[in-house]
Amino acid sequence: MIGASKIKQYSNVLEKPLSKGKQEVSLSAFAFLFSELVQYNQTQVDNIAELERRLEDAGYAVGARCLELLCHREKCVMFMPFWLSQGNRRETRLLGILSFVHSTVWKVLFGKVADSLEKGTEHEDEYMISEKELLVNRFISIPKDMGTFNCGAFVAGIVRGVLDSAGFPAVVTAHFVPMEGQQRPRTTILIKFAEEVLRREARLG
Amino acid sequence: MAPAGPRSGDAIFASVERVNAELFTLTYGAIVRQLLTDLEEVDEVNKQLDQMGYNIGIRLVDEFLAKSNVSRCVDFKETAEVSAKVGFKMFLGVGASVTNWDAEGTCCSIVLEDNPLVDFVELPDTCQGLYYCNVLSGVIRGALEMVSMKTEVTWLRDVLRGDDVFELQVKLIKQVPEEYPYKDDE
Repeated sequence: MIGASKIKQYSNVLEKPLSKGKQEVSLSAFAFLFSELVQYNQTQVDNIAELERRLEDAGYAVGARCLELLCHREKCVMFMPFWLSQGNRRETRLLGILSFVHSTVWKVLFGKVADSLEKGTEHEDEYMISEKELLVNRFISIPKDMGTFNCGAFVAGIVRGVLDSAGFPAVVTAHFVPMEGQQRPRTTILIKFAEEVLRREARLG
Repeated sequence: MAPAGPRSGDAIFASVERVNAELFTLTYGAIVRQLLTDLEEVDEVNKQLDQMGYNIGIRLVDEFLAKSNVSRCVDFKETAEVSAKVGFKMFLGVGASVTNWDAEGTCCSIVLEDNPLVDFVELPDTCQGLYYCNVLSGVIRGALEMVSMKTEVTWLRDVLRGDDVFELQVKLIKQVPEEYPYKDDE
């Protein structure tokens, strides 16, 4: 056909133009996929701690890539608060990166900002991001014999991946917090920053 | 009251809850990476992805039938059309087309131009035998088996291997008649 052009073949995936990130899939497609991830990992481990670790590792990979993607797209992002939208700025402060995770990352991955971001009262290095119902836990029920296992370990892994790649090493875990008057417990992502992060933060003033 | 007619893929996709495709893409990437680390053999990974897809397919078909309101398909041609137009659209948000029907009407190709599973993906040299989207073939096989059709699904063209589209060949092997375990009373 005269005038018709073939779709350009990119030899390298990095040469392809970056999409706007607005494409969507159905929630059930994601839920099915996530359930297969959990089920597969259940066959590979002997105990709960191992299972949580594997889910976290899977999430870590997602988080690291998510940070790269968001940083590349920063210029086009409309929903960031005005004081963050100066484009191409790397977060170097603790509160900055926490705010980034709580708002930007959550908004991109889960469609809304996280419910709350709190500083731990007992320890200086602990922060908590809470969510009434994590997207990944929507269709998951934990049998009694699995105790405190939380599939939110995947999300904890995502957060750890983002923080680690941004230069804020931390230990991140997910916990269920029972709420008064509510049937389903709230999920809290507990972030415990490494020593070096706090020292650096203190030095920066 | 007459039952409502079948809904189009776009209408259903607009009405279901959706998530960012990138979360989906990255999660799938994490799954494939885990499998490659655990199983190491590319063939084993292909089989495992197919099995995962099968597990998804057998449950996915219930949701598909519930949400799409399609009436019983008259023949395999209609089945393929419906799965491509409505099924792919309502779950993955991408349209697919059906081509290459054989003479008997038991074998066709489903062509996907866009595939959210493979955004940002490149196959390294060590994994050239990997069918990255093999989960999709399992999903189709599982879903069709639950509606009494035994099929064989294979990949004909794969963008990650240098082709320009994704092409799945769906071949109907046999139609298993439904057996009711109880007396069917309407």
